[in-house]
Order: sequence, then structure tokens, then C-alpha cells
Amino acid sequence: MIYDCLIIGAGVTGSAVARELSRYKDFNVGVLEKGEDVCSGTSKANSAIVHAGFDAAEGSLMAKMNVEGNEMMDELCRDLDIPFKRNGSMVVCIHKEELDGLKDLYNRGVANGVKDLKILTKEECLELEPNLSDNVEGALLAPTGGIICPFLLNIAMAENANVNGVDFRFNTEVEALKRDDKGIWHIRTNNGEYLTKNIVNAAGVYADEFHNMVSDTKIHITPRRGDYCLLDHEMGDFVSHTIFPQPTKLGKGVLVSPTVHGNLIVGPTAIDIEDKDATATTADGINDLMEKAGMHVRDLPIRRKVITSFAGLRAHEDHHEFIIDWVDEAPGFFDCAGIESPGLTSSPAIGRKVGNMFKEKLGLVEKTDWISKRKGIVETKNLSIEERNELIKKNPAYGNIICRCESITEGEILDAIHRPLGARSLDGVKRRVRAGMGRCQAGFCSPKTMEILNRELGIPMEEITKSGGRSNIVLERTKGGRD
Amino acid sequence: METRELTCIGCPMGCQITVELDKGEVVSVTGNTCARGDIYARKEVTNPTRIVTSTIVIKGGDKPRVSCKTANDIPKGKIFEVMKDIDAAEVDAPVKIGDVLVKDVAGTGVDVIATRNIEKV
Amino acid sequence: MEKYDIVIVGGGPAGLAAAISARKSGIEKILILERDHELGGILNQCIHNGFGLHTFKEELTGPEYAYRFMQQVFDEKIEYKLNTMVMDISAERIVTAMNREEGMFQIEAGAIILAMGCRERPRGALNIPGYRPAGIFSAGTAQRLVNIEGYMPGREVVILGSGDIGLIMARRMTLEGAKVKVVAELMPYSGGLKRNIVQCLDDFGIPLKLSHTVVDIEGAEHLSAVTIAEVGKDGKPIKGTEERYTCDTLLLSCGLIPENELSRSAGVEMNPVTNGPVVNESLETSIPGVFACGNVLHVHDLVDFVSQEAGLAGENAAAFVKNGCKDLSDEKGIDIVATEGARYTVPTTVNVDRMNDLLTVRFRVGAVFQDSYVSVYFNDERVMHTKKKIMAPGEMEQVILKKDKLKSFDGLNKITVKIEHE
Repeated sequence: MIYDCLIIGAGVTGSAVARELSRYKDFNVGVLEKGEDVCSGTSKANSAIVHAGFDAAEGSLMAKMNVEGNEMMDELCRDLDIPFKRNGSMVVCIHKEELDGLKDLYNRGVANGVKDLKILTKEECLELEPNLSDNVEGALLAPTGGIICPFLLNIAMAENANVNGVDFRFNTEVEALKRDDKGIWHIRTNNGEYLTKNIVNAAGVYADEFHNMVSDTKIHITPRRGDYCLLDHEMGDFVSHTIFPQPTKLGKGVLVSPTVHGNLIVGPTAIDIEDKDATATTADGINDLMEKAGMHVRDLPIRRKVITSFAGLRAHEDHHEFIIDWVDEAPGFFDCAGIESPGLTSSPAIGRKVGNMFKEKLGLVEKTDWISKRKGIVETKNLSIEERNELIKKNPAYGNIICRCESITEGEILDAIHRPLGARSLDGVKRRVRAGMGRCQAGFCSPKTMEILNRELGIPMEEITKSGGRSNIVLERTKGGRD
Repeated sequence: METRELTCIGCPMGCQITVELDKGEVVSVTGNTCARGDIYARKEVTNPTRIVTSTIVIKGGDKPRVSCKTANDIPKGKIFEVMKDIDAAEVDAPVKIGDVLVKDVAGTGVDVIATRNIEKV
Repeated sequence: MEKYDIVIVGGGPAGLAAAISARKSGIEKILILERDHELGGILNQCIHNGFGLHTFKEELTGPEYAYRFMQQVFDEKIEYKLNTMVMDISAERIVTAMNREEGMFQIEAGAIILAMGCRERPRGALNIPGYRPAGIFSAGTAQRLVNIEGYMPGREVVILGSGDIGLIMARRMTLEGAKVKVVAELMPYSGGLKRNIVQCLDDFGIPLKLSHTVVDIEGAEHLSAVTIAEVGKDGKPIKGTEERYTCDTLLLSCGLIPENELSRSAGVEMNPVTNGPVVNESLETSIPGVFACGNVLHVHDLVDFVSQEAGLAGENAAAFVKNGCKDLSDEKGIDIVATEGARYTVPTTVNVDRMNDLLTVRFRVGAVFQDSYVSVYFNDERVMHTKKKIMAPGEMEQVILKKDKLKSFDGLNKITVKIEHE
């Protein structure tokens, strides 16, 4: 079989592109993902922020995609039934001499098309956010800034693409690309060869490697590590806005923000590294984070309230710009490279842009029966007693709590497993329904979730993984492996 | 004369006991706060013993393993021999607390008994 | 709405003992709500022996100890619901719970006894740098996998933290054929019981490295190695002391945290030192008619003390119900203050009129003390002075206050517990 288009990478960019390309009639799309699930690389660890768009350079593609993506988010999240909140962003100054920088940021935002920007006085800042540092001198307020669940945005777009016919191949790592004389691309993977007329390179930190396989105009992506700390629900209302420091050339700095699930996130650091798989946190990174986070807010008890720390990699391209285009010398090869922050925010706009470019070039026609909406997994903890009981009557599994910390029922986990592109690992379950994401970090629920995966999918307990590959949880039965 | 320093395990106090030995004979026991410490110390330096607890494969029950213990303490040096017999054993549900699961484990004269009930399914 | 005289949240050792004592105090309508599929709580996975020396004068394993109490619950025909999660407790003592069969339901309780136990401190809260691969478990999770489910997490093990569950698991994993390479403890003393160090580590030649911590975790998918290093007095790793251990399993036994989500959302006042509710001599929290006992109140070293404490909570909850559920919270007692080496006390107040003839005040020390004294002061006068050979943070201490002594002390307004060197 020859695909019309194969997308490399089921991260947020690849999934957004997959969803947009699934709109078209007689256009066969697939996604090759080396992980065992969607959202398992660059997309899985970030600040979970929908950026307003005042950061990116005026006139850049990054700025355009950011602002467009931000504008698309309300409708998209409604359609995909995922949580999104415009909590507003504040860039906070703690030195008088930074106030000019704030004005620059304001002007850049206005030029980028960011709406409703406002510069706040010290008093206005403290009124909005009483936990800001006493040293605050002023802030730029961007009411269009928001917060989102990065996993759910990625998962929901992929699920919706899959429902609309996009084929996802997991545990499939692309090793080599070659275009034959008939113009068909041969993609060699660890799972055999795939043939396709077009390729979208959405490989995150690896996008340069695929680009450089087909083009002499080399690009270079540096994995820029960001360490984060996630704090307990108790801290979820420490601030209501996303609090940024003034941006530097390494990025937007260490932010403090509520999450859509009621935690507080602090991060990221910005450390350029070589290894594209090096998502290990370091003591220096975490210490740096703690020090920086404390500068703009008062008495943030990170050490006492942290429930987990993690690191993500930004796919930083040398020119700090998105590369979203056909590669001239490799017909049918399309790059989505250098998608770093604000990549999450931009993803819907990137998807739309890629879709339109394909439509235009290939003369694609939209399906009449394209499904734009997805029903999310019911969040039982938001239901009334009556609503819960109705659900439990239909399926008693909704009366069985598996994850105590986040109050997740067996019913929700079953839905996560059995829906399109369902979860097959503990992390897969966690990213879909948050079981194991709470303060005990899966201590209590992981054996139970393993039993459910074992029962529902017939995966032997020894083969159930944290996140695919060799990440199995248990080694063997006791007593010499006997049942 | 030889002295041995021990931490008493008779209770959570964990008294530091000093035992003086002469040609393998206990000469004195000091540091203990109760009689149990004296008994423990004398035994620990001459014939140390332990209770071994583990699990045994159980068939036809509502759980795959039944917890067990040696009904009495066994020589410390025989712990791994005892474990070998426990690992090889297999019992059928149902099982009640106190049921003998392995008789005369590792030739110690001590039985391994169940420490929980397992229902038959 | 269904009504019960006493609703007990949790069917572990605390909940069971509280239920039995409430029944013995004459309360008929008692209900235990247990989230697991059987009673007994964490004891079911604690298959090692050493339980019950105080209560039964013999050494039992965890399941055996639990069963002695379960048997009494069965004999007394005390009602219980399994697989039932308590979702909410209100200050008006309405308990909202849920299970598969009945859905979500509410119960009006005359009194509530909180007996939810505790959980382990997870890796995230420890801020250990490195990767986040499979193969890292809290010791209790591994204990459940090995003892109940019958699965081995791995073959080469490093343990961080010398809490009792970690020590016990060092022995369990060794007996099941794993190689436990080292136990690293951040503090200069062990957090576990001495007997466990002797029987679980020394017996098997497993080294215990005090003042050491894990400074790196390797393995992108599955754990492949950890590095431990010595820490200085400031708690920071000392450069040059790093030692790398290849391993496939890292067990964490770095402390227990009372599970008080329900208590907090009900508005119960909390003690920041114990992470448990503030209670008076009756083990009653700041919400009248809501009592607490066991590890949800403060983390205990021995289950025997949990059972004792829970028995008292059961009695007092029964008395509260029999007294018509009257709010007596304005009759504030005398403060019991922990200071100078004593980290906290439970309870923190005592009402002399309402106390029994004897009141056990439990506490823990903040460091290792040798040949020191536990002192109790009534106002500024030292009234008790007991020498202890050794006191360690891993073990609970207690003093017993006598009602007649408190009553006869003129103008008593403060009781202080402290550790003194002479």
C-alpha cells in the first residue's frame, strides 16, 4: 500500500497535522511514531501554557502561528472536549530598569496582533495577584494567555484524526528515507518499509536528522532541556495568572502557573544539551529553578509541596524560527521543524497551515462526512451525586475508585484503554485520565491499573510497561516464575 | 576472653548488649534491661535462630500466594535451605491461618504454617 | 439518609480496634467503610513477624494480627462495607461514600472516627535528580507486588531510606532471590527499628550507609544504575564521594505521610509537624464528634500502639454519642507543648474533667538522644524526669499523665514535654 502522506511523529504537531489532513477525501494518511503512544516525546513535557503571542519576533512565522493558534483554541477545545482556561498571563518586573523592556514587549505584542494587552502598575499587580513579590514594579497583562492540558490536546487531536481514518503506527522508528524514480518515498523503519507519496517531518528534536537526510540545506536543532516541578493541589490557587519573568535570549524564563487540573507548575530552566534523549533532571537544574521561581512570587514552598519534577526538551532550531514548508529539493517532503515553545499553542495553526498548503498543492477536496468533534473521557469528580449514580447504574466501574489522589474511577480508566488509540501502558493511562498523577505518584494505584491493563488487553503482567519499550514494571513471578 | 556486641531484638528498645565469652562459654551479659535480653544474647552467640516468613504458591484460591511462617524459629544458618523448600512448595485453596503448608521444613523439625486465610474460588 | 451512631473511615488496624471498642462501649449502629477488597489494611501485606508483642504477648505476622481483630469484628457482627471509598466528610458529620453496587451515597453519622492510615513519600517529593524510568517503587508498593500479587520487581536492588518497610523489603527481596546491594539513609541515624536493622540487614550482610543519598538515576526506559553519595551536615552531597551501583530496582522508604485529604476538606485543624489532625485528650479533632486514631493521626512505630490508641478513640466516640452528640469544644483543655527535642505530642490539649484516670501522651524525638531524660513540666515545675538509655526519631516515646496529679496541681495551665540531658 502506498500512503498519500506519512507523518513522522505523533506529538502535538504531527497529531495536529494528521487531524487537518484527515479532512480530505481519498487522501490516505498515516503516522509513524517511535514511542508506544502519542505524546511520548518533545510534546509530553512543557509548561502547559497557551501563550498570548507577545514574545515571538515581530513578523516571524512563530508570532503568526502563536497568535492564530491562540485564537483557535476555544473552539478546538470545545470540539475536542478538553479543558482550556484563559487565565491570563503576566510578565512581571521586579526592577525599575526592566520597565522599558515591558513596554517593548507590549509594542511587540500589539504588532503581533495580541489583543487586550495592558501594562499594570505595582498596585494593580498586587491586587490581581497578592502572592507576587513585594519587589514587583509592574507587569504586562495578556488576558488571552491560557492554560491547557498538553497531553489531552495531543491525544484528542490524534484520536480525532484516527476516527477520521488516519492510521497510527506505534513503536515504529524511522531509520532511513529514500525517494525512488517514480517519486515514491520509501521509509525504512524497525517495523518494515512504508511507502508514501508525501512525508511530513514532525519529529520534534529529531526533525533536523530527517530533514538533513533529504536536503543539502542543513538545519540544526539543539535539545534545550527544561526542568520543571509540579506542586500539590494545595498550591493550585497560589496564583491565578501565569506569572512570567522578563524573557531573555534563552527563552521566556521560569514561570509559575496554575494548571487546568488544579496543580501549580514551576519551570522551565533552559539548558542546551547534546543528547536528544536526555530527559534527566539534574540537581543543579532543580536548584536553579527553585531559586528563580522564588524571585517573582513570595514564599513559594516548592520543596515542601513538590509532587514530581521532570524535564522536557525544546526543539530549538538555530534561528529560533518555525520551519513549516515543502523542501524544494525533495519533492513531497514537508518540514515542521524547530517547533519549540510556543509550539503547543501554535499546533492547531500549524496543522491548519499544513492542511491548506497540501490542499492547494495537491488539489485536495474536503470530505462531507468529516467528524470535527470528539467526546472526552468523563471526569467523574466534576459530577453531582445524581450524575455519578446514573453513570454507575449504567457501568458499575464508575463506582470504583482506582486512583485515590486524583479520584479516578475504573470506568474512566476503561474508557482510556478502549477508546480509539487507547492507552496500553501506565503512562498512557496517566496522560489520559491522570491516574497516578497525584500526590502519591501512583504508589497505590499502579498495581491496580496494571491489573486492569492485564485483564482488558490480555497483556501479561510482566509485559505491562510504564511507557513502552523496556520499561516493564515487574520482572517475573516470585517462586521461580510460577503462576 | 572474647566479647561480642549485639543489638537485642527482643523488643523495639534494641538494647546494646555486651556478651563476654570464654572458650565459647558465656561468662557475662551486660547492657540488657530485661531478662529477655539475657536469654536473647546467650542464644544469639551460641545458637542463633530466626522465624522465616514468606509466601507459598497456592492454587485455586482468590490470591496467587499465601503468606506463611515457620511455626517456630529455625537455625539462622538454615534460612536459605528453608526458603528453598518454601519456594518449591505448592498448596491448594482453601487455607486457614495455622494450617501446616510444609512439614518439617529443610529437616529442621519445624513446620511452615499459613498466616492468612485464602478462600477457594 | 441512612444514620449510624459511628462511622469509621478505614478498616485497617486502627479502624478495626476503634470499631471493637466502640461496640464494647455499648454502641449498636457502627459502620466501617473500607476502600480495599478486604479488612486489615496494610497489615495484609506485612507478612513479616513482630506484631502483637504488647497486645497479645506473642509475635504474630501482620495478617495474623489483623485477623485477630477481624475475627472480633465478625463475632460482634459489626457492619462493614468493602471496596467503598469515602469521598467526602462534612463538618456536619455527613459521610459521602461510593462503591460499585450502591453508587454514591450519604450517611449521617453521630460520630466519625478517622482511621485512613498513611502513605509513603513518593520520589517526586524527594527531588532526586535523574531519569524517571520504570523500576522505582515506594517500598510499600514493592511489598504489595511481592507479597500479595506474587511478582518480583527486579533482581538487583538499591534501597533509599531506612524506614521499617524498606528494611523489611531488603530481607524479603533477598529471601526471594534478589541481591540487595545497599541501603542508603540521608540522616545520620536510621528511621527504622533496631531489630529490623539487625534481622533484615546485618543477617544478610547488606550494608547500611548513613548520611548518604541518591544523586543520580540512570536508565531512559528501565532503571539501570543509581549513584549514591555522602551528604554533609548541610544535607548536600559531598563531591567525590559518589559510588555507582548497577541495579534494576530502587526502593524508596523515606517516610510516611498521614492521609488527611478527607480531614482537610472537612475543615479539621491540622498539626503541621505530624501532618495529622490536632486532637484533645479524647482524640477528638477540632470538629466535634470527629475523632482520629492510628497513622492518620500521627505515624506510629508499632501497630500495637495503633490498636491501643484506636481503642481509646472508639471509647470516646461512643461516649460522645451516648452523651447526645453535644458540642463541648468550648471547654478547652490545658495545652500540652512539645519542646527541646520532643517534636510533637498527641494529644495537644487535655481537659482534666474529661480525661480517664491515665492519659498516654505519645511523642517522637527529633534526633538521637543517649542517656537523656524525658521531662514533664506542669507550668514551670518539673513533675516527671525519666532517664532513657536511648531515644531515636524512628521510635515513638510516651509519658503517662495521671488525672489526680493534674487535678491537684493548682493553677495548671500548661504541660510541657521536653528532653533534657540531666
